[in-house]
Amino acid sequence: MYKVLRKKVLTDTGVDRVILLDIEAPLVAKKHKPGHFVMLRIDEKGERVPLTIADANPETGAVTIIAQEVGSTSKQLGRLEAGDHILDFVGPLGQAAHYPEHKHVVCIGGGLGVAPLYPEVKHLYQTGSHVTSIVGARNKDLILLESEMQEYSHEFYIATDDGSYGTKGFVTTILQELIDSNTPVDLVIAIGPIPMMKAVANLTRKYEIKTLVSLNSLMVDGTGMCGACRVTVGGETKFTCIDGPEFDGHLVDFDEQMRRLSMYKDKEKEVLIQEGCGGANGCQ
Amino acid sequence: MSVDKRARFIGREPMALLEDELRVRGFSEVALGYTEEQAISEAKRCLKCKNPKCQLGCPVNIDIKDFIALTAEGKFIEAYKKIKEKNSLPAVCGRVCPQEEQCEVECIVGLKGEPVAIGRLERFVSDYALTKEHKKIVCEVSAGKKVAVVGSGPAGLACAGELAKLCYDVTMYEAFHEPGGVLMYGIPEFRLPKGIVKEEVEFLKEAGVKIECNVIIGKTLTIDDLFEMGFEAVFLGTGAGLPYFLGLEGENLNGVYSANEFLTRVNLMRAYRFPEYKTPVYVGNHVAVIGAGNVAMDAARTARRLGATVHIIYRRSEEEMPARKEEIEHAKEEGIGFLTLANPMKVIGDEKGYVKEIVCQQMELGEPDESGRRRPQAIPGSEFTLPVDTLVVAVGQGPNPIVTQATPDLATNKWGNIIADEQTGATSIPGVYAGGDVVTGAATVIKAMGAGKIAAAGIHNYLTNK
Repeated sequence: MYKVLRKKVLTDTGVDRVILLDIEAPLVAKKHKPGHFVMLRIDEKGERVPLTIADANPETGAVTIIAQEVGSTSKQLGRLEAGDHILDFVGPLGQAAHYPEHKHVVCIGGGLGVAPLYPEVKHLYQTGSHVTSIVGARNKDLILLESEMQEYSHEFYIATDDGSYGTKGFVTTILQELIDSNTPVDLVIAIGPIPMMKAVANLTRKYEIKTLVSLNSLMVDGTGMCGACRVTVGGETKFTCIDGPEFDGHLVDFDEQMRRLSMYKDKEKEVLIQEGCGGANGCQ
Repeated sequence: MSVDKRARFIGREPMALLEDELRVRGFSEVALGYTEEQAISEAKRCLKCKNPKCQLGCPVNIDIKDFIALTAEGKFIEAYKKIKEKNSLPAVCGRVCPQEEQCEVECIVGLKGEPVAIGRLERFVSDYALTKEHKKIVCEVSAGKKVAVVGSGPAGLACAGELAKLCYDVTMYEAFHEPGGVLMYGIPEFRLPKGIVKEEVEFLKEAGVKIECNVIIGKTLTIDDLFEMGFEAVFLGTGAGLPYFLGLEGENLNGVYSANEFLTRVNLMRAYRFPEYKTPVYVGNHVAVIGAGNVAMDAARTARRLGATVHIIYRRSEEEMPARKEEIEHAKEEGIGFLTLANPMKVIGDEKGYVKEIVCQQMELGEPDESGRRRPQAIPGSEFTLPVDTLVVAVGQGPNPIVTQATPDLATNKWGNIIADEQTGATSIPGVYAGGDVVTGAATVIKAMGAGKIAAAGIHNYLTNK
């Protein structure tokens, strides 16, 4: 059993709710590196789901995860409070992010993608890279970890779809401006919804700027055993859990990923209806 | 009293099976086992050969002759203990071993009739013992030395069992949330009830083996960490947990599963009880399974129980099918169709990206290849299409790469299997031993157990002389 040490509601607009949990998992906290994820199962009947690690503290043994309440498991996570326990929590999994020397790195986070991006930003900043961060969301309320990101970024930009905060437009709007201003960019890291990562990769491909993306594929075990997370990268099938989750954004087949992620949409609705959570407003 | 030896050559005691119609409506075990009378009668068919050849065929050298003699006398607990001296998981092996190509194939009675049903007897006495009070093996003097066993599948369970008997302080690490490895996630309930695996795991716990789930060696802890924690030897039994695909066009369409994924969803995660259990599985009306090994049969029979019509697609003929005969028979009884000499060519999806049909080519058998099996070759113009809602690829697995990636000093072969000494299980790292599918590639439960036992002896020898 793994104890919930802390819970914080990061966003609650009535429609969208994003929560942060610190889970007591000292072995995972000790081994965590940017890019890693965990698999968790809340209770006996729960699904095993992958979640990226937003932060980890080897001293306290706390591993921070951030989830948006969309599916049955994330809604259930949202109902947990400090002191509650989850049954299974295993990791850290995946390949740690690996960066050769990069002078100027542009880190782009969209929506919940900011959570896994944050440890990378922190790491890059602390190891001497010049970090430019661009955070995007649909609206102001959905901007996550703003002060944390800002603390470890030399330059920091925000874009919202509705213009309620920062630049009105997409993260690519800002990235295009950066490129147009002739600032040399050595590496782009983009983590967020697939359409965003695809748009970023399409833009940087034109300028031949190396771009890493992080995929949140469906998984069952997270250890290479099932192949649920397969993704085509450069024409080859890779397993996100053991080969990723980060891949060269110019080589990923994003359309296939998008399609595979939607595989159980109908089944997900069935679970939610069974639990009396038909709508987007949480469960009774 | 004279014994009518002819009776022995007539036929073996049949085992009761669940009715066909009942089978496909649930996940109850299909083979129902012997009664006490049947077991005694079957055991009496044994000729008690001076040099029992059956024992040579057993990867863990069970004293088959002795346990059968005890069974014939009705001394079932004693018979069980006799097996247990050599085999830590008899209730499992009695169900899933390919006896027809190991012990039973060597049986002298089999020369003129049906061989003694060694596997069924093994199963009977084990099931009998599990339901009765009997003294558990408890180690009295602790050796004090700590040994880590990585992976709790057949190899790890066997190794841990042997080490516990030798009084080592054993901790077994499992990546999943439940111990048992392939016995839990792979082999379905109707062939190996999970309660039996749990009993066997309990038995190890009572013998002092500690089990740590949710720990991935190579990620959560490294092998170096284990030595630092005071373990003096490590056994790696991490299995063949990396599914192969065929590289077909359309293989990443929605609804195309590896057998590992399909079976794990249903067995370990209980997707057959969705939505009560929250792991979904997608099974439409028509399922095809590519491959004809035991795993393919398990996937096909599982899909059948989830309500689909099911076809096995295999590119050779029935004779070459690697599955146990009994599994093929049961699959047929349950109405699974067999498309033999059919080679999958490509997978076609619908507009939403879900698999819709599979295109195959009809094959014929040509000359034998290196393996002695006749090589299938394509018949020109014989392509045909099979409509499918779900496609399961069951064409084998490679070794799981997590431990080897994290341990660069651990020598592997070109397929990524750990190189281990056949006599001792020793790897290229002193104190680290390995066995089972991660060494040999995908094989059988009993072979993995045999390797686990050998490594336990290797570890004992190493630690005794250290």
